[in-house]
Amino acid sequence: MRIAIPVEDISVEGKVCPSFGRAPYFYLYDTEDGHTLFLQNSAAESQGGAGIKAAQLLVDNQVAVVLAPRCGENSAKVLHSANMHIYKTVSSGVSENLALFAQGKLALLDKFHAGFLGHAE
Amino acid sequence: MRQLVILSGKGGTGKTTVASSFIKLATAKTYADCDVDAPNLHLIGSPFPSVKQTDYFSMPKAVINANLCISCAMCRKYCRFGAIVKDKTYKVDAASCEGCGVCAFVCPAKAITMEKTKAGDLLLYSDTDNTVFSTAVLSMGSGATGLLVTQVKKQMKAASGETPLAIIDGSPGIGCPVIASLSGADMVLIVAEPSISGISDMERIIGTAQQFQVRLAVCINKYDTNLLQSSHIESYCRTRRIPFVGKIPFEPMAIKAINQGKYLVDFPCEGAKALADVFAETMDLLQAEVV
Amino acid sequence: MRNNDLTIAVLSGKGGTGKTLVSVNLAALLPDSTYIDCDVEEPDGHLFFKPVFGTSVPVMVKTPQVDENRCTGCHACVDFCKFNALALIGSTLMVFNEICHSCGGCVLVCPRKALSEKERMVGFVREGISRGVQVVTGTMNIGESSGVPIIEAELRIKEKNINNLTFIDCPPGSACLVRKSIQEADYCLLVAEPTVFGAHNLAMVYALVSSLHKRFSLVLNKCLGGEENPSEVFAIEHQIPIVGRIPFDSELGLLNSEAKVVVWESEKYRQLFSSILTTVLREAHHEATGNS
Repeated sequence: MRIAIPVEDISVEGKVCPSFGRAPYFYLYDTEDGHTLFLQNSAAESQGGAGIKAAQLLVDNQVAVVLAPRCGENSAKVLHSANMHIYKTVSSGVSENLALFAQGKLALLDKFHAGFLGHAE
Repeated sequence: MRQLVILSGKGGTGKTTVASSFIKLATAKTYADCDVDAPNLHLIGSPFPSVKQTDYFSMPKAVINANLCISCAMCRKYCRFGAIVKDKTYKVDAASCEGCGVCAFVCPAKAITMEKTKAGDLLLYSDTDNTVFSTAVLSMGSGATGLLVTQVKKQMKAASGETPLAIIDGSPGIGCPVIASLSGADMVLIVAEPSISGISDMERIIGTAQQFQVRLAVCINKYDTNLLQSSHIESYCRTRRIPFVGKIPFEPMAIKAINQGKYLVDFPCEGAKALADVFAETMDLLQAEVV
Repeated sequence: MRNNDLTIAVLSGKGGTGKTLVSVNLAALLPDSTYIDCDVEEPDGHLFFKPVFGTSVPVMVKTPQVDENRCTGCHACVDFCKFNALALIGSTLMVFNEICHSCGGCVLVCPRKALSEKERMVGFVREGISRGVQVVTGTMNIGESSGVPIIEAELRIKEKNINNLTFIDCPPGSACLVRKSIQEADYCLLVAEPTVFGAHNLAMVYALVSSLHKRFSLVLNKCLGGEENPSEVFAIEHQIPIVGRIPFDSELGLLNSEAKVVVWESEKYRQLFSSILTTVLREAHHEATGNS
């Protein structure tokens, strides 16, 4: 199963990005074969609707789980329509959150901020 | 960093006077003027020693290459924004163009391209004590958009360092620029005017903020110009459990302060005292733990 | 000189300067005039006129919808949309209405003609009469991003009543909503208050109306005696005709805050605004004949 995390830079020691839609990259980790990859987030430079475009990117890359600190309503709609689960990260460390997720210690993200007409931070 | 956004629905309620006073009282190191259609905050206080300018680009806009154009007017037929005009040749009115790309798609001669357009200047002022002030100036024909407000805030956040509080002077209205300024806000302070139209406007901005589930507080400015309407505002807040953080009397010194580019709270007067009380109440609310 | 078919847009850049005070009271002076409130985000004029409104007419915009039987999930629409208002999960298309700009592009690019458009409401327009004044009010629904479709709907009503002297109460600012409101106006009346902010914003609307080659003049509001008025200074420097001065007057302020039409309440204010109207009409017609 593929897990995606919005990140600030291309490094496993890197920080989780506070924004979902405008994260510069997504870190993808496949739990079955251990493959990892960094996806450039084309949505980051969008005029608007960045969250939707970022969510579409993850759908197109067959992601099953998203770990993020926050997420907008519109992005969540897209992710949920594709049967993805969204969990709330607890710290800014990528590997830490992955480990906690593996141990079943992350909670589902259930509060989504309203769509800011595509201009959320 | 907590973000306090100051809005009013309607203009002229004293939003900028309140915002500038709060900035002085909080010795805030980080603030922004998101009212880019009519920016005023930079007119208060002493000038900053340095400013960084960045080009602000809006949506890429359509441009017709006159050499390739065959004047078939397909673009004008399909444009829903009235942005294609005929003046000897067909041209795009950039101010009306929304950047949708339909004209470029339908043009049989491939004469239309979408090009990045500079729509204004993002300005980041800073001082030696790490104070940063973010704002923007629009080019003629460009409009304030949610995107620009987002850029002004993003620029502010990137430069802000470890400050606890950022104060944002928002735009009037309830449309896209206001909605963009609500994103990331920890609290919105609404400055209300005690008049029938002021209350109608206040209700609409409250409705907008509530739709986006942002914490709210209300204060009244120039409350003594109409005591009846002021009391209506207070009961409105009470009935709906919206925190009411105080009221400021009409203060003749305010005009003097504005015209001299000074902070009202630096003048000993009733208005300044009331502002300080409203500030204290607002800060208490802002710092309180979010349930 | 007849006033038929003259449309005057009242604008100020900054909010709270007195656009509504001026436009409402000038329209209220003559029977058979029309008042159009283009501040569709925060409409106020109807609170003063209290017209008996006819039915509300909804303002609709187009939004895409998909025929799932025809959609193959090719992504062409998602890739085309410059606003990212579409998302595709398999062959289920999601449309984000509040981000969609209703450009119709997705419908055009779909190779299978799987997309069509339906309408959704973004606001409404109401018309009513108050003491002979035709009052047109446009209201944008809360949560929508642009008031332009509502303003356009209001201005289409105006086109049907070309024999009335019309006042357009413009939104604050100097950008697209204001441009839309003044596009078809014959004449512009600027309103400014006597502060540095006021002068600064006057400069912005002055630049706007000049760039659109509109004829215009200025009313100074909230005038205080004695002190220098930065807006007046700007007007003199730029040779903007000043057609009236409304004093800062707490009685006027109170009546206004109680949503009263001041020219209907007191002879003093009736005379004040009448003389402004006479001067504005003289300026508007004078410049018209001068240019013909």
